[in-house]
Amino acid sequence: MNGLLQQDVNKETFTINLGPQHPATHGVLRVKLVMDGEYIVEAEPVLGYIHRMHEKMGENRTWAKFLPNCGRMDYLSAMSYNHGYVAAVERAAAIEVPERAEYLRVITVEMNRISSHLLWFGAFVLDLGGFTPLLYAFDDRELILDLLESVTGSRLTYCYFRFGGVYNDIDDAFIAGTREFIKRQRKRMPMYDALVTKNIILIKRLKEIGHISKDMAIRYGATGPVARGSGINYDVRKNEPYSVYPEFDFDVPVYEEGDSMARYMVRMDEIEQSMRIIEQALDKLPEGEIKPKKAIKLVKPEKGDYYHAVEAARGSFGVRLVSDGKNQAYRLKLRSPTYSNLSLYGEATKGMLLPDALALMGSLDLVIPEIDR
Amino acid sequence: MPELLRVILFIIFVLSFAGLNAAYLVWCERKGAAHVQRRIGPKEVGPYGLLQPLADGAKLMTKQLFLPKGVDPILFMVAPLMVMVPAIMSFCVIPFSEAFVAREINLGLLMIFAFASVNVLGLLLGAWGSANKYAVIAAARSVSQNVAYEIPMLITTITMVMVTNTMNLNEIIRSQAGWFFNWHIFRLDMSLLMPVSFLIFFVCSLAETNRAPFDMAEAESELIAGVYTEYPGMGFGVFFMGEYANIVIGCALTAILFLGGWQSPIPFNPAGFLGVVWGMFWFFLKLYTLIFLVIWIRWTYPRTQFYQLLNLSWKVLIPISLFNLILTALQIKIFPWL
Amino acid sequence: MSGYFKELINGTKSLFIGLGITGKYFFEPVVTLQYPHEHLEMTPRYRGHIELIPNEETGDPKCIVCGMCQKGCPTGCISLAGEKREGVKGKVLTKYILNFTTCSLCGQCVESCKFGAIRFSKEYNLASTRKEDFIFDLLKRLKDES
Repeated sequence: MNGLLQQDVNKETFTINLGPQHPATHGVLRVKLVMDGEYIVEAEPVLGYIHRMHEKMGENRTWAKFLPNCGRMDYLSAMSYNHGYVAAVERAAAIEVPERAEYLRVITVEMNRISSHLLWFGAFVLDLGGFTPLLYAFDDRELILDLLESVTGSRLTYCYFRFGGVYNDIDDAFIAGTREFIKRQRKRMPMYDALVTKNIILIKRLKEIGHISKDMAIRYGATGPVARGSGINYDVRKNEPYSVYPEFDFDVPVYEEGDSMARYMVRMDEIEQSMRIIEQALDKLPEGEIKPKKAIKLVKPEKGDYYHAVEAARGSFGVRLVSDGKNQAYRLKLRSPTYSNLSLYGEATKGMLLPDALALMGSLDLVIPEIDR
Repeated sequence: MPELLRVILFIIFVLSFAGLNAAYLVWCERKGAAHVQRRIGPKEVGPYGLLQPLADGAKLMTKQLFLPKGVDPILFMVAPLMVMVPAIMSFCVIPFSEAFVAREINLGLLMIFAFASVNVLGLLLGAWGSANKYAVIAAARSVSQNVAYEIPMLITTITMVMVTNTMNLNEIIRSQAGWFFNWHIFRLDMSLLMPVSFLIFFVCSLAETNRAPFDMAEAESELIAGVYTEYPGMGFGVFFMGEYANIVIGCALTAILFLGGWQSPIPFNPAGFLGVVWGMFWFFLKLYTLIFLVIWIRWTYPRTQFYQLLNLSWKVLIPISLFNLILTALQIKIFPWL
Repeated sequence: MSGYFKELINGTKSLFIGLGITGKYFFEPVVTLQYPHEHLEMTPRYRGHIELIPNEETGDPKCIVCGMCQKGCPTGCISLAGEKREGVKGKVLTKYILNFTTCSLCGQCVESCKFGAIRFSKEYNLASTRKEDFIFDLLKRLKDES
């Protein structure tokens, strides 16, 4: 994205910085805005403030030693990132995963997706000025974090998956707690609906604001709720099935309008669908091992180029491994969904008012450490 | 009692009332916000956090008061006062009880509105004096917001004055004597859309005082902190006190015009000192219920967008209040003949 | 025209419903824990920094200084050393230093130990102003606790 910022003297535009330090929760994102009075003429996101060289670390560490890094990239949906990397290595080294482990993976990933969407919901409404739904969402999220802590031991940056399975098994208390949580959450979602979604002030703030057309989303490679809010019916769990997702019956919410309200509704519907998946997984949970029968001493993928994509909370997270037979990767490329989602920001905000541009940024669900890796 | 003594006692009462309100409304707001969000607010400083405003005041006062470079010193220092002083002066005409009013002026209502318009002038001068581009933008928005919302407020007030035939606040309250259905908000025989008038007046007083969900000027920190960017420590503290004093005035006016002021819901009025206390009790009850409603509204809704705020005023509130005015006028003229 | 009025009525209704919800929560009990005055128990699998597991009878660490934890750690924050002593089978642990400033609590060390010598502790309120406080001497910790 080269800088197209030219000060047109006749037009009297001025350049300001939406600085790296935000009053909102996005992270360290800097956006250079060229404004004409109240309207935005150009918007250029400047990245790199939290670049921690995860891909380089992937080249210098053995396959197993890279696992803690996965949770640190997108800390809000760390399970999906774990899943993406582990599934890519398993595809490369042809490792079989026992069925119970697959079910446990799906359950924890979907719970993490719910907690990520709840936090996004709270932070988004906080950006718009409503302070209370954030704390209600955190109240719900606390239950998920407690449940996942009783299984994995961590609350935010999980390092739970191993090659060929998961680290710990679950017990009956977890299953009972999860069912309890789903029952409670089903009662809470109508409350969020009445308090926030149907509120006339919020509707006026989000409807027909921040329009992203289907063509624009395809051109920039947007995935996840950003694409599904513009009418593109693409979900990695359905279009490139992996793990045991084909065995579950769930819908993929798609809205045609392409405004911020559509993206909001996509994520709220996804919470309900995730709960359906978890219920079905708990019902069908088989007995068995959680680690492969033949213990894996050393992971050594064959020489080649492998790719695996999973559906993270923010879009399609892809891992591309280039292996040359050693016990370290030759190249580890992580395709971060938010990077593609943010790239359409410059074009989408042309001619918008500044508060609308902020509402659009909130509805894109940005987590900057994931962009900068 | 001698006039000088009465004046001095009233000055002390009004200043301390305004000061205590400004300090303890902050406490109320923090506790109210906390319980809506299912947590406990301040609790460490003093029992139930009641000494928290003292701690906040001490913090604000120990900050260095300095004049940033390039500001206009007179405008900078005068602006917070211009926001706070008119609000405190409006307390002179508010009747806390039948006999307990500093000055019973025949044009009390007009005086309060005259002082309320100085409020926005203070904001604009403060922003101009700050020599900060973003403060001026925020203040310009605040001016257009205030102008837009003063109109429905005044139209609704004119409707009420047509109904009561007087601008003397004490007289307005006396005309609501009797049981609680004599209060103006229930008097549909005087004006069919009286509850609607109440809502419009309340919403406009929220917008006049820059209070959520209409707080574009102060909390929409899209760029910086809005109008109050350059104000250190106690300068910001005085703006803050002025805002709370304005909220008290707005709610007091709502209570007087629509809810009967110091009238009790039952027609029982003891005489003498007990009567004064009885009136004050009912006035404070209504006043603080409305203030609680203001706090409750702030923590429930998101902020409106700027042009939707203006749309609400110009396209919704003004037509409805004009329609109300005409309807009331017709009702007053025609119904006595029927 | 009718759309205008319908939006107005529905909008006002939604505002009142929203007020009702927050009003209901105003009177419900508080869900927070008053931290300095009340404490929570950590769950059994909670990942604090690692500690050595003592042998029940002798009180000595079970570690036989194989070094798998040191090899398996992604950041190299474990350093241990042992020596051979008279009359004792296998090596005896003399030094086990954990540099917690680079530990990411991934669990590779605990998982790679085949002798059950290390586990996660339940320490969570660690805060200090110096980096040296986070270089843990686990042998000393074991001695202090027994």
